[in-house]
Parts: sequence; C-alpha cells; structure tokens
Amino acid sequence: MSGKIIRVNGPIVVAKGLLAKMYDLVRVGEDALWGEVVKIEEDLSFIQVYEDTLGLSVGEEVINTGSPLNVELGPGLISSIFDGIQRPLPLLESLSGFFIPKGVSSFSLSREKRWRFLPQVKSGDTVTEGDILGKVKEKDTFIHYILVPVGISGKVLDIQEGEFSIQDTIATIESEDKNLVPVTMLQRWPVRLPRPIREKLTPDLPLITGQRVLDSLFPLAKGGTAIIPGGFGTGKTVLEQTLAKFSNCDIIIYVGCGERGNEMTSVLHEFPKISDPYTQKPLMDKAILIANTSNMPVAAREASVYVGVTIAEYFRDMGYDVALMADSTSRWAEALREISSRLEEMPAEEGYPPYLATRLSQFYERAGKVKCLGRDGRQGTLTIIGAVSPPGGDFSEPVTQASLRLTGVFWALDTSLAYRRHFPAINWSQSFTLYQENLRKWFKENISSDWELLLGKVRELLQKEEDIQRVAQVVGIEALPEQERIILESCGMIREVFLIQNAFDPIDGFCTFKRQKKLLEIILNFHEFSWNYKEKNLSFEEIINHPLKEEIARLKELKDEDFFSKVEELEKKLE
Amino acid sequence: MEKLSTFEYRTIKKVCGPLVFVGGIKDPVYGSLVEIELYDGTRRTGQIIDAGEDIVVIQVFEENIGMDLERTKVRLIEKELRLEVSPQILGRIFDGRAKPKDGLPELIPEKSIPISGSAINPYSRDVPVDFIETGFSAIDGLNTLVRGQKLPIFSLAGLPANKIISQLVKQAEVKGEERFAVVFAGMGIPFREASFFLESFQTSGKMENTVVFLNLAADPVIERLLTPRYALTCAEYLAFDLDFHVLVVLHDMTNYCEALRQISSSKEEIPGRRGYPGYMYTDLASLYERAGRIKKKPGSITQIPILTMPQDDITHPIVDLTGYITEGQIVLSRSLYQKGIYPPIDVLPSLSRLMNQGIGEGKTREDHRQLANQLYATYSHGIDLRKLRDIVGVEALSEMDKKYLKFCDEFEKEFIGQGESRRSIEETLMTGWRLLAEFPTSELRRISRKFLETYLEKLKDWWKWRE
Repeated sequence: MSGKIIRVNGPIVVAKGLLAKMYDLVRVGEDALWGEVVKIEEDLSFIQVYEDTLGLSVGEEVINTGSPLNVELGPGLISSIFDGIQRPLPLLESLSGFFIPKGVSSFSLSREKRWRFLPQVKSGDTVTEGDILGKVKEKDTFIHYILVPVGISGKVLDIQEGEFSIQDTIATIESEDKNLVPVTMLQRWPVRLPRPIREKLTPDLPLITGQRVLDSLFPLAKGGTAIIPGGFGTGKTVLEQTLAKFSNCDIIIYVGCGERGNEMTSVLHEFPKISDPYTQKPLMDKAILIANTSNMPVAAREASVYVGVTIAEYFRDMGYDVALMADSTSRWAEALREISSRLEEMPAEEGYPPYLATRLSQFYERAGKVKCLGRDGRQGTLTIIGAVSPPGGDFSEPVTQASLRLTGVFWALDTSLAYRRHFPAINWSQSFTLYQENLRKWFKENISSDWELLLGKVRELLQKEEDIQRVAQVVGIEALPEQERIILESCGMIREVFLIQNAFDPIDGFCTFKRQKKLLEIILNFHEFSWNYKEKNLSFEEIINHPLKEEIARLKELKDEDFFSKVEELEKKLE
Repeated sequence: MEKLSTFEYRTIKKVCGPLVFVGGIKDPVYGSLVEIELYDGTRRTGQIIDAGEDIVVIQVFEENIGMDLERTKVRLIEKELRLEVSPQILGRIFDGRAKPKDGLPELIPEKSIPISGSAINPYSRDVPVDFIETGFSAIDGLNTLVRGQKLPIFSLAGLPANKIISQLVKQAEVKGEERFAVVFAGMGIPFREASFFLESFQTSGKMENTVVFLNLAADPVIERLLTPRYALTCAEYLAFDLDFHVLVVLHDMTNYCEALRQISSSKEEIPGRRGYPGYMYTDLASLYERAGRIKKKPGSITQIPILTMPQDDITHPIVDLTGYITEGQIVLSRSLYQKGIYPPIDVLPSLSRLMNQGIGEGKTREDHRQLANQLYATYSHGIDLRKLRDIVGVEALSEMDKKYLKFCDEFEKEFIGQGESRRSIEETLMTGWRLLAEFPTSELRRISRKFLETYLEKLKDWWKWRE
C-alpha cells in the first residue's frame, strides 16, 4: 500500500491515498524514514515521523508496512542499548558513524548469534500460552525463559536441545484446531498494547534500594509506581541512576527520554564497571538502556517509553522482578504536546492535549505485581519509577498533577535542600508513600516488630522540628526552651546522619536495612540521652557539644565489620 | 550545492511578519532555501518551514520591508543551509549569516556542511573527564568545568558577565594544553558588547584561534536563529575534523529565545508558558546538545551559553529550560555584586553536574569532593543563620553561630571574591581549607578524618611556604 506526501510540517507528514489503519508503521519518502499513523481524515493519513524530516519533499512516496510498531523480544536483549524505536545504537554507529543517520532499518537483535536452548517440556506434552518451553542462559546469572507465545496452545510435536539462532524453529506446536505452529526464540509484540497476564496481585514486597530515606521513610513496593518530581539540579537523574544501581530487581530498564547525551554516555561507561550488590556481577548484565536524547527526533521520544515498558513486561512474564526508570516523563509529555499541536488538536491546560492524563494512566497501569500467563502460577513484578521535570520546579503543573493521582509513591525533590547539598534532596514533609499498609507485614517479619514504632518517633521529631523552627525564626534559637533546642539538635542529627547519603560513596552509597536500623536506633538513643541530660549530671552546654555526636556522625565512614562493633560501643556509653 | 529548480512563482498569498505564504509550488522540500525577488530587484532569502501541496510557508531571514503580493517572485535555490569551511576560518569574523564582516574575501571552501547538524549517537560519545582550570575559585573549587561540558552562565542585567567570560576565555587551561580554539556567537548583542569581546580577544592574543559570528541587536531577528547553528557547525568542524579543543560562547541566549517566540507567534502557533513556543525545549536542546566528546577523536566542544535572566527570575522559561538541558549552571548574584565582590558568583544555586568526573585523585586532588561538600554545607548553614540574625539580632545567637557568620563573610570576600587574579586549583583548595580551619573538627563532618588530618597539617606548611 503506498501514498504520496502532500504536506511536511516539522515531525508531522500528511500523505494521501495511503489506506492506513491507526498506528500502522510506515516508511516515508526516498530515505524511507520511519513513521507512525496517528490520525486519519478521509483519504489523508497524518504520520508522526521518528526521524528528522528536513529535506523531505511533497510528492515523495509513503509505504505502509501494514503492522503497528513492534519490539523484538528474545535472547540478546540484556546489556543492549537501543534508540527510541529499538534500533541498536552500536550497530547504527558501525553503519554510519558518530551521528545518528536517517532511514536505517536494522534488526534489534542479532540474527547470527547462537544460543544454547534447553527444553523444559517434552514432545507430546500439552502446553498453553505463557508456559515455559525452555531456557537459555543469557548471562552468567541470568536465565532467559522462552515462553509459549500468547494465543497459542496445543501439543508439542517437536522440541530439541541445541544451539540455535533466534530465528530457528525450536519447537512445533500443534494447536487445538490442528494447525502446526513453529515457535522461534524471537517473538514480537506491538508496543502500545499491554502484554496479557492472568491476574493482578497486591504488591506486598519492598523494593530495596539501599537509600535510607527511601527504604525507611517512603518505601516503594515491587510492582508499584513512584514519581520523582523536582526542578533542575535537584538530583532526579542521579537518584534514578542510584535506584538502577542498587534496586533488588532482576532486570533494570533505563529509558533516557529527551535527556542529556552525556548522561546516557556516563551510564554506558559506569554500568559495566559497577557490580550489582546482589549478584556481584557487572550491573550491565541485568540492564537494558533506551536512549532518546533531547536532540533526537521528538516522535521517537514519544515511542521510547512504550518500547521500554513492553520489554519490561516481557521479562516480567518470565516471573522476574523488573524495574523501569523513565527519565523524564515530562519530556515524553512535551513530545505528546508537540505532536498534538501540529495535528491542530484542541489544547487543554498549558497546551497539553486533553488526553495527557489518560496516556499517563495507561502507562503507569502497566506496572504491577502479577500472576503470569502459564500454568505454573509464577509471579512477576514490574515497578515503574518516573522522573518528572516541572517547569520552574512548580508542582502545580499538569504532568506532576496527573502523575500524582496515579502513582503510589511521591518522592518530592526540593530545590532548597539541593542548594545546601542535602542529597538525596527528598523533602520529608511533602513526600508520601501509599504502600505502608501493604508492606507492614514484611517489615514486621524481616526487620523487626518495633520498626514502625521507631519510624513513628522519627516522623514525630521531624514534625516537631518544623513547628519549632517557625518559632525560632521569630525569637531566635537562644530564646527557645532547652527541651526544644534538644529536639532541634536531634533533628539536625537525623538529617545529617540518616537522611543525607552520598550515592557515590563506596561505603555509604548502599546502606543495608540492618545498618539503617542501627543508625536510627543510635540517634534515637542519643536523643533520649540528651533529653534526660540532667539525670546524667551534665550541663546543657555539655550535652549540646557532646563528643559522642561527632562519633555518631562518623559512623557512616565505617565498613560493616567496624560499624557494628562501634555502634555497640556507643550504645554502652549511652546507657 | 544541489540546485532545485529554475521555476519562478508569483503566487504569494499572504505576508505576515517574517512569514510569506506562497501557493502552488510544485513538490516543495521541507527546510529548503528560497530566494525572493522584490519588485525593485532586491533579493531576500528564506527557508520553507511548512511544505504543503497547496500552500508553502516561507520564513524570510531579513526584514520584509517593501514586499508586495503581485510583483514579488519566489525561486527555490538549494536544499539546505550550509556553512563553507576550511582551516583558514580561524581568526575570521562573520556576520550572523556567515558572511565575512572583517573586510576580507570569502573563504575558499574545503568542505560545505549543513548547519542543522545531526544528533551525536549517545553510544559514540565519550565521557567528559578533563578538568579545565578557569582560575576562578567559585568555579574550579565548587562547580568544576570539564572539557566537553555545557555550562551556562545565568547573568542579570547590569552584572559583569562579559568581563567574567573574557577572563575565562583568556585563562581556560587544561593541563597538558593542546590545540585550543574559541568560537564566539553573538546573538542580538549591542555593538558595545561585541566590540568589547573583539578587543579582548585581540589584546589577549587569542584572535588567531578565534572565529566570531556576530548578529548585532539591529540585525534581522530571524538571523538570530541561524547564528548559533553556524557557530556550532564551525565548532564541530574544528573539533572533530581538525582535532581542536573548542570553547563555544553563545551570547546571549535570551535574545535567541525571544526571536524564537517572535517567529512562533507570527506562525500563529499555540503558545506555551509566557508565550514561548511549546517546542522551545527541543529547539534549545538541538543547540546545547552539540557539545561533548566523541570516542577516538582527540577534539572536544565545551559550551558556555550566557543568559540574562529576565526580571532576575530563575524560573523564567528560558532559564528553566536551559537548566534542564545543560550540565549545571553558574549563577551570578546582584547582592554579591553590590557588596563589591568579583566575580559575583552565587555558589548555592550554581552547579556542575560533571564535576565528579573531572576531580579527585590524579585530576585535581583527592580531598576536592569532600572539601567542596563541606564548604557548601558550612556556607549554606551560615546563610540560614544570617537570615535568622536579620530577624532576631546577633545577640540571640550562640558563639558557634557567630563563627559561622564570620565564615560566611570571609568565604564571600576571599574565596569567591578573589578579584581579577587567577588562582591555581591548589591555591583554591588551600584557601578553602584555610577558611574551614577556624572550626573545630567536630563541625567538619563532611570531611573524613583521614583528610582532616592530612590537610590541616599541610595547611601549616603551605602558608609558611607561601610567605
């Protein structure tokens, strides 16, 4: 099916006579640029083009591929870096040098590479969609399961162990209506369609990040959603990358959507060198990167988050814990806005299209803890963490507001904290988590039964501090009652020792729950100690300048073996 | 050069600001160049920004004075805007559309490059890691610049941003200096500022390694959208073809954005915040992202855009979007300037995102990161106390608090306010240590014990040695 271009306006091309369906993938012009049909009006098709349209001429041909934008799924995904429409960036470089070329079509996954396939079922077995057919060891620590494709069930006729490329037939299934279906390791899925599951479950396990303020005060559940809004320079990207480095997930998908090129490069350089705290293997062995930097075409930016989330669902369906980091969803929303305005749609708030909230909810709802297809009842989770870049750091703008209604955790980044280099700059009075209830059981069983009590005390102190600060602004610190000054001092300690954490520090960058709890306990113990200073025969001055304070502050410098013995020593002194 | 056609059209339907709407052009190419001939023979150039079968929208690069609908002719000339380059481009001065402005003849081109530029494949980029010593403590010590970074200066009307930039260009040094070039793009700047820069390049002897593109305040507005693209194309040629380390100064991006808004509104587009177009982020990114390093290439592009914050507002869309794209920002402060502090750099909102990659052992010094963290923590605590003192008076503060206040003043006067002198990184770090040495170590918790011991000790020798 082909048509002719009748108008080129930025990333939007209008073609006549294409006979397309909505979201059909098309090739535009002599350079065969990739595009997608986003609007149809009589015999006109409106196409958003994923590549630069400069040099495109009216009258050039448009060819319809007849199918929507798909991703390729199969062994070879891990450690890859793709652009927004799943073209491998290393391959683009070898084809055309250091700058992104136009109209290149390439396979996303290598056709040559051979993988050792180990069947998990025998000939003659009956299988249904989502059942595990076999496995491939893709990395030392990562088993890639090959599933029966969605929509297929029947009897396995032929299945063999051996070295195969992803296009080879590894099994043949006789379907119920007696059709023979060859199955390959390569499978495809349209990006805008969520992959089916059996049932959604309530997320009840925490996503452990090693970041004290997140794990303790605002925990996120595996299968939950979180947003990180913050003005520029508040550390969104560093936080997203920290989460990618330290989360206890099997697969990390990092979508750099409309962000800096150098940032993606530093991820690319760092991830292979950092070892995963859980497996000790290079982090890259569980990561997939999707890079659509801010100067790459806008329409592909829109597609990139869908490509990311579809790959994430594919691994979730194998029963894995997957985390998707999208940095930044605001750039994605802006791409939506730009396309919408070129389509001359009626704008809603701040020029964003009225369907902004719908699109965002469709995206975030693809997260969750699920019972996967297949009869073995395996469970997988997909956690989505989206950065939001509100203009002027003002959270009242449409993208933040729409996301806020959808997500379970809100990690609000604060410019004034960032200015004083309090990182992670998470504002403890604005942020919230809705997973507290779901996670209660886990914390009780795995951390301790008094965990919530402990946190309750911390929250109460921080709340009191806010009130006292307001008074202090008027009367001065010296004029405050001594007990209130002790609260201020203790809160200073909570902030400095517990909340501030340097993500790049080799020792303190990742903090286990055990350490987190000890730190909290010792701070609260010291608070008790100073609260009752008179009983200890100390003067107020002495307690304010107590030498133990520095020792507690320096606990963070200690490695585990010294840390716990030092804590014990300090605790004795406080008795 | 690809010639498109020799057809002439006299089918102009509408002229509106810098835009011309023409009907019935056969197979127009998006982005191609057109020539417009007025009734009296004057010629103007423009670019197709909306190519339709029935109507084509042309953006004209000069003012539309004297254009009418009946007698004006439109011709298609070439497919895209290009910059002609050769190594002789160094030392030259051009106008905003890359025509010689220095009275010398046009270059004999070796190569002609489209100015729109393509995105660098993120996989092909190399991480910027080389420390650039600018000689300013507030930058080197706290917001380190590295080669391949884009670090804007957020200035305010009336502050000496020009002086800082010209000093920075003079002093910017990378350890193990290689080929170094400067590309300066002036957008909508008054003649006074342009001549200040030209003079400073000449007196510092940098002119022979400098290329200047100047669109002055009185030059056509649309040219402003092209000037930085010519400049960056030139920079890419110098960096990636000729292996230079290029420092690009874009001055002033506020004028660029205002030009963008003006064009957008004449195109009747839906305005975003404060009337700026919704695609301003993407447009700015297409400039700022043309910085960095490429694997296996020795050259690099470092960008210093300058912005004047309208109404001193850091949340203004121009400033805000820039901050979201660039790798940090250097913010100038009016209150420091009024205290007589030069350079008046407000370090709290300033930031360099690539700092960590360019500092530390083997690059600057092992204690750099922790020292910077401590200076930030101490200074910002002092600033909080300063606000408190203004309300409750100094009597209500403790002895330690007073120490912080004193530190704040000295930090501004000595560390930031170094005057016009140039400080080495060693001097910068030691100045920081000297100011912190006033505190007991229990207050310096951002620095590890090991460094405290080493450097407080070293400090004693350092000052002896200096005397």
